[in-house]
Amino acid sequence: MRILGASAVLLMTVLLLAPARMAWAVDPVTLPDPLLQARYEVLIHELRCVQCENNSLADSDADIAADVRRQIRSMLAAGKSDAQIKGYLVSRYSEFILFRPEYSWRNAWLWSLPLILLLTGVAVAVRVIRQRVALVDNDDDPDISHS
Amino acid sequence: MKPRFLVPVAVFAALVVVLAVGINHSHEVGVLKSPLVGHEIPDWELPVLTDPAKSLGSRDLKGQWYVLNYWGAWCYSCRIEHPLLLQAQREGRVQIVGVDWVADNADENAAALEMLSRQGNPYSHVVTDRDGTTAIDLGIAGAPESLLVNPQGVIVYKEPGIITPEIWRREFLSRLPPQSAVPAPGAGGS
Repeated sequence: MRILGASAVLLMTVLLLAPARMAWAVDPVTLPDPLLQARYEVLIHELRCVQCENNSLADSDADIAADVRRQIRSMLAAGKSDAQIKGYLVSRYSEFILFRPEYSWRNAWLWSLPLILLLTGVAVAVRVIRQRVALVDNDDDPDISHS
Repeated sequence: MKPRFLVPVAVFAALVVVLAVGINHSHEVGVLKSPLVGHEIPDWELPVLTDPAKSLGSRDLKGQWYVLNYWGAWCYSCRIEHPLLLQAQREGRVQIVGVDWVADNADENAAALEMLSRQGNPYSHVVTDRDGTTAIDLGIAGAPESLLVNPQGVIVYKEPGIITPEIWRREFLSRLPPQSAVPAPGAGGS
């Protein structure tokens, strides 16, 4: 029992420390301007690491991710807008590196699909409810003979 | 009345088709499709490994076919690729320009020179990318990675990993003009 308890504590410790280890992966550089720093934080969470594709730039310790982060910092410092920075990286690595796809005509179907599905669902629901209501009305109608 | 029950079935079948097409067309993980292929290579200029005072760039290579190969002495997969590059250099169909990617390896340049002298040098030129700025500009995600550039400076193919003999034949040699023998400086007697 005691061994079981000890290993549970160990497991808990490891699990609690695991996210902290991942946080260390990102270089501890801060930009002089807190506004730029805030934009930097947002950008590195929205962009994919090009090597380990299911990580964001913010939590990847791959060399190329560090290089891209450095590139983003220098572009921010040079006064580039978020759109310019994203545009530059998309032109080099394709739109795949954006975790959030762009709003564009090409992606219109992607963004509108949830709404279309919702409206279809509502339309189907309305029709079903109307039909049921009609059935209830007909029950009281003496003219209708049930077969 | 009956056909109405077929509507959900039809919708479901359509969904299956859409998803199947989507899955079949999605690229493999680790293989980003480069938007640069088919376009002119972004201008690059990097210091020469053996003489950092000199530099070499896309403008110097205009008018020639070349393979731009990103590698590093720290990169294990590059060592697997190395014999193929040596073989390709002996064939002499196209020159291979090496970019030594320093990444965060403290004495990368020394290690790179040592690797080349020990295992052979397949490159007509070797340049150095210190901070990865050029790597990003060329859409490189990791090493090894290779670009095939034509005399007009257009990237005609990108290999996002190790070039195997099969890939070399199918993707590189097939795109080169027949017998465009470019004598690579530093190549052994041919």
